[in-house]
Order: sequence, then C-alpha cells, then structure tokens
Amino acid sequence: MQFHNRRLPNGLQIIAETSPAARSVALGFFVRTGSRDETPDVSGVTHFLEHMVFKGTPHRSALDVNRDFDRIGADYNAFTSEENTVFHAAVLPEYVAQAVDILADILRPSLRDDDFNMEKKVIIEEIGMYEDQPMFSAYDHAKKIYFADHKLGNSILGSVQSITDLKRDQMHAYFKRRYVAPNILVAAAGRLDWDAFNRLVEEKCGSWESGPIGRDCLRPAPGSGRFEVMTREKLMQEHVILVAPGPSADDPLRHAADLLAMAIGDDSGSRLYWELVDPGLADSADCGFHEYEGTGSYYTSFSGEPDEAAENLSRVLGVLREVQQGSIRSEELEQARSKMLSRVVRGSERPKGRMQAIGMSWTYQHEYRSVDDDLKAYRGVVLKDVRAVLDRFPVDRVTTLALGPLSSLSRP
Amino acid sequence: MAQDVFQHTFENGLTLLAERMEHVRSAALNFLIPAGCVYDPPDQRGIAAVLADLSTRGAGSYDSRALTLALDNLGVDRSESVGAFHTRYWGATLASNIPSALAIYADILRRPHLPEDEIDAVKALALQDLRGLEDEPRAKVLVELRKHHYPAPLSNDHRGTAEAIEKLTASSIREHHSKLFRPNGTILSVAGNIDWTALRDQVGQLFGDWKGGLETEIKLGPMPAKRGHLTKEVEQTQIAVAYDSVPVAHADYYAAMGAVNVLSGGMSSRLFTEIREKRGLCYSVWASYQTMKDRGSVLCYAGTTNARARETLDMLLAELRRLPAGIEVEEVERLRAGLKSSLIMQQESTASRALALASDWYHLGRVRSFDEIQAAIERLSPEVIVGHLQRFPPKDFTIVTLGPEALAP
Repeated sequence: MQFHNRRLPNGLQIIAETSPAARSVALGFFVRTGSRDETPDVSGVTHFLEHMVFKGTPHRSALDVNRDFDRIGADYNAFTSEENTVFHAAVLPEYVAQAVDILADILRPSLRDDDFNMEKKVIIEEIGMYEDQPMFSAYDHAKKIYFADHKLGNSILGSVQSITDLKRDQMHAYFKRRYVAPNILVAAAGRLDWDAFNRLVEEKCGSWESGPIGRDCLRPAPGSGRFEVMTREKLMQEHVILVAPGPSADDPLRHAADLLAMAIGDDSGSRLYWELVDPGLADSADCGFHEYEGTGSYYTSFSGEPDEAAENLSRVLGVLREVQQGSIRSEELEQARSKMLSRVVRGSERPKGRMQAIGMSWTYQHEYRSVDDDLKAYRGVVLKDVRAVLDRFPVDRVTTLALGPLSSLSRP
Repeated sequence: MAQDVFQHTFENGLTLLAERMEHVRSAALNFLIPAGCVYDPPDQRGIAAVLADLSTRGAGSYDSRALTLALDNLGVDRSESVGAFHTRYWGATLASNIPSALAIYADILRRPHLPEDEIDAVKALALQDLRGLEDEPRAKVLVELRKHHYPAPLSNDHRGTAEAIEKLTASSIREHHSKLFRPNGTILSVAGNIDWTALRDQVGQLFGDWKGGLETEIKLGPMPAKRGHLTKEVEQTQIAVAYDSVPVAHADYYAAMGAVNVLSGGMSSRLFTEIREKRGLCYSVWASYQTMKDRGSVLCYAGTTNARARETLDMLLAELRRLPAGIEVEEVERLRAGLKSSLIMQQESTASRALALASDWYHLGRVRSFDEIQAAIERLSPEVIVGHLQRFPPKDFTIVTLGPEALAP
C-alpha cells in the first residue's frame, strides 16, 4: 500500500491509498460541513443539500445522475453528520474515471426549484420515519439537551417546520459558502493509478471556487447535566440515554477513550453487559465514544421494561461511578484491545473501509494513518492512559434523557 | 476469476466448506444448524431463539463469563441468530485465531451447559425482544407480512409468542437441543486466510464423533388470508407487499433476480424513480428477493405519511403489474453492471463469502463458481426477464399495512 496526497491551487485536497491487491476502488468527496455549521433559520439545510446534490447539474438531470451511477454498477450513497457531508462510491477499477466525472459534476448542483420542492417531501418523510424509531429520537434529543447552546446539539435532519420554511436561495447561499474547494477533500482507496486519478480530479475540480473556510463554536462541551423525561405513551419500552464528556478527535487520549467505552459497554462481555443484559434486566445496554472537532462524548444507552427503568438507571450510574473511581482492570483493557484490533484489521480489508479511515484521519488529525499506525496506537494504550482520560473527562458526569411511556422518572 | 474453494462432508453428515482468500488477514466462520424456528413445536414458539442465547452461557469447560472472555480475547465479533430453517452462529476475527475459536464453537454446539439458573434471564430477554418489536413499525409490518404470505410454520417469527416463552423449562430446552443440534444437515463454512488441510483435520477432530440425529419433518398448515392491517398510532403508514417467485434452484432464478433488480436494483430502478424521485411519496421504498428451498418470493416495502398511503400502495402495485409488459435494454445493462460489481466486491469480504458458500450448499448442494454466476448475469436480456415474468407474473399479492387506519381495497 502506498499513500499519495496533493493540494490543488484552489485549495482542494486529494489523497489516496493505493493497493494493487484490491479488486475495487472506493472514492469519497468529504465536505467539511455539517449540522453544527448551520444557523437556526436554516436548520436541516446540510442534510437537505446532501439530497439535492443527487438532483442534477447543468449537464445531468436527477434521473441521469442515478442512471450514470447505475450504468457503472457503482455502490454509492452519501451521509451527513454534525461535521461532515460525505459522498461516496465504490466501483470496479475500470470505472474510476466515470465515477470521478459523476461525483465531481454533482458536487456543483443546479438546485432547481422543482427538484427542491419535490425533495422537500422526501425529507419530511425521512423525518417521519425517524420519529417512529424511538432510539433515534432519544439520541437526537439527548444530544440537544447535552450540548445546550453548543452548536453540536443542532439536529441533523431539522424539523418538519424548518424544512417546510426553507427556501431554495437560503440553501444556495449555504452551498456557496460551504462547498468551496478548500473545504473539500477527495479520498480514494483500492486498486487505482494515482497519477491518472490525480490528473482527473484536477481536470474536474481544479476550477472550483476558492473561499474562506472555518467553523465557529469549537469550545469543548462539558454537558448541561440536565435530566429530562419525554413521554411517548404509545411506546412499549423505555429508552434511556446518558451523555458524558470525552476527548476531541485530535486528542492523543482518544484511543484510550475508545477502549474505555468498549470495556464499559460493548455488546459482549462489558460491564454493562454483565450488569444489565446478562441478567435479563434490559434488552440492550451499550456505550460508544464519539469524537468531534474540539470535543467528544460518550453515549451510554439502554432500553427495556418501563417498570425497570428507574432501577436500571441506578445500575448504569453505579457502573459509571465505579469505573470513574476505580477505572478498569488490566484484563478488561486487554479484552477490549483484542476486539478493537480485530475490528480494525477486518474494517481495513475493503477499500470502502480504508477510504473512510484515511478521509477521516486527514480531516481530523491532518495526517495519513496506515492500518498499522492505528493498530500501534491501540496496542500502546496502558491503564495509566485510561486513568488520565477519566481524570480529564469524568464518565459519570452525565446528562440524561428518557423517552418512552413513563411520565416521570426520579433522578437517582 | 481463480478461486480456492474446498468442500468435505464428514461421515456423520457435517459439511465443511472453505474458501482461501490470500489477500486478507482475517477469516469468518459460519455455522448453519438445522434448528430454525420452523421446527419450534407449536406450543413452544420461540424455543430456538431461547436455546441460541442460552447455548453461549457456558459450554465445555467454560462457564458463561469464561466463554465470553475467551471469545473476546480472540477478537471474535459474533452473533447468533435464528432464521426459518437454521440457527446461525457467525464469527469473524484474525485468521490466526480461527482454530482456537472453532474449538470453543465445538463446545457451544455440542456441549452447552444450558444452565437452569440462567433460564429466567434468557426468557426475560426474549420477552423484551417481543415487546421491542412493537416499537419498531417497519420490522413489525414485515413479520406480519410473512404471517400472511406463508403457511405455518414457514411464517414463524423467531421471537415466538409470550405465552410459549413463559412456559419453557430447562428440560424442554435441553430436549430441543438434543433433537435438533446434529451434524447431519449442519453446514460449517470458513472464508479467509486459512489453510484447508489443517482446517479439515481440525474440524474432523472437533466434530467427527458427533452423533447424527433424525431429520425433523414439518407439516404445512393452510394458506393464510392475504390481507392484513395492524392499527397503530405512527407517523408513517407501513406498507408491505409480497408475491410468489421461483427458488434459487429454479432455471428461472437469474431472470427472477433480474426482475427484482429492475424494480429495486439501484437508484435508477423503477420503484425508487417512480415513487420517491418523481412523486416524493417515500424516503424508503424497496423490493427484495427471498428464497426458501422450495419457493421464492419478492417482498416489497414502503413507508409514507398516513395521508399518502393509499396513493403509495396504488403506485407500488401498478409498478409490479406493469413489469411483464416490457423492460428496456438500458435497464438490463444497468442491472447487469450492478450484479457484476457486487459479485466482484463480495470477493473482498470474508463474511460475505462465508455466508455465500453455506447458502449455495444449502440451496443447491454445491458452491457456484464466480465464473458460473458471471456467465449467468451476462446472459440476462430483456427477452429472458420478460419471458420469466410472463411465466411467473407478479399477482395474487399479499398486502399488509400498519398505521392509524386500514386502507380501502
């Protein structure tokens, strides 16, 4: 495997990890913009724009975009997070040029009124779909109350109201500001020829407008510490999420935080598993660490019978306090490490996994990280690092949200 | 494309399949045990799922915690799941850890403790799984669709029923295990950076003296009513439709796959284009091919705001009915490109290959080569697909909805 990178004069960055043994190529256009870059009057615009990117350009109608991707058998999609909008496609090596042509073209969308109004309906359906998924709703609200006035609490989807009110020109203004060349990274992994790829991207993207980039509100978020219950009478299960502060995406302690979250709440053999799932008290209980620019957080969640929710919440807090005070044992660290190393290796075996990985580390750590770099980082975590991350970011300093049939839940 | 595929059936009937993939560091293993939920006795519905959970709570010389720790320390990502015909144990890790993992799986399958003092916990989880389904309208409507499309017990859901789960005892679970967990009918597939000879020898040592059991017969009940509605206050009405197709072993199989891909193969396929792109009726709309040994079906799904449910269902049915009327050359070229590309990309995933080996063996009694599948994809044309659709037109739809109101027929 070999790594290559280049920055075009307009600021657009290109990176690639070439691997002759691969059978396919994964491409990604990473736009460094997400819900945290929105103002309240355009809530949901980033995600809506992600949809509109597929609706065509001066050279392609919406149907042409889908047909052109399908003609080359591409496995393609996009996602929007708090901080990134990523358009990606995996193709056979012989179709790299066509895939770059389509992706580069659609990243300069027409944003036609008819398409805008039609896609608005689809977005409202998408909001409706997630409304019917309690864990998703709980996560969205938990983030909102945890981050409070911090922009990471912004909803990715927006609301039916904010989407209904959004105007095409507001989206266009947001696009002009955020989709400038220096805010975009093109990443590729798999069996490809770097020189040809590099020339291709330059040809298609070299004339894109440059412009200032940036992001405000980069302060860490310690969490509001609030405790809220949202009643949904029709639900059968109570869904509870606890959010605690963690290190940011460029913090050297992030690998320790990953392993700590795994020891606390992986779906097999973790503290929460033995405390809640093994005895049958909750049908799921887990803990995951999410890293952002400037801050990070642990999301601990469980769902189960409403009658058990109060006691289960005490149990979860008990686990978090115990870990905060006594940390984890070395066997627990080794167990988490074994699982993580296996996941890193397996995740790297497909070009898709590598493209994501190099794109994200270039975005957040501003460096290329090989699979071995990641393995080495996890191998290097010792108990002292886990203690250090706990001391700086207490896992029991939680903000809590319960969503389900309960009308109240007492704060333990 | 050159492939290293191996097969060996042991005297007791256990079939071992393997594919060596030299370019990876990992391997995936996959056991299909002929103990799916169609074999759940009528008064013990849910027993296979309870047994699968209990089987990993201590086996051989490991107690529950030691077993979990051992697999975790080997880095085995894993799951147990119960389908219609099989209970599946899946695991993936570094290839060098596969022999140790296999030894533990031999304990889980052959020597589980099925501890009495854990039964209440496992039952509690099974009951929560059932209640949780009520909070997932999309999953719920698809469970309900199967109930209306297949005769019992093919329509069984692994979650079973609350009444049956509450009554399960240690002895009923142990009896189910000794009857259904057996080498004959079990398929073990391994794909990744493995050594075939060593693998075959080890599997022989671990499973060669496993005693065979009797095949379990099932009796099909009458065909259920083809219409259903579940009343529920939700944001989106859930629409599910099914119709008959052909199974994998049928000469029309690739044409049937082609037809489903015309409907739902990529974003330029018909359902996505007509229902989402042109009308904005749905975020999620799809059709997918499902097969059993003796029958195949196409299942379709759409979720939409309640007021637009009628229009969405009508559009969906119109697209299904219009299929035999003709397919464009362009549509077939696109679906061939998609099928070919996913066939090649499957070669990059140990988990996909392990599952494909086992699935081919179960349905066809052999493993299809890459070249064979590619040639079949190449042969697809509008004439071939339309010919199939004229022999097996989408009709006699099973239609199930979930939402605040039933849709008028």
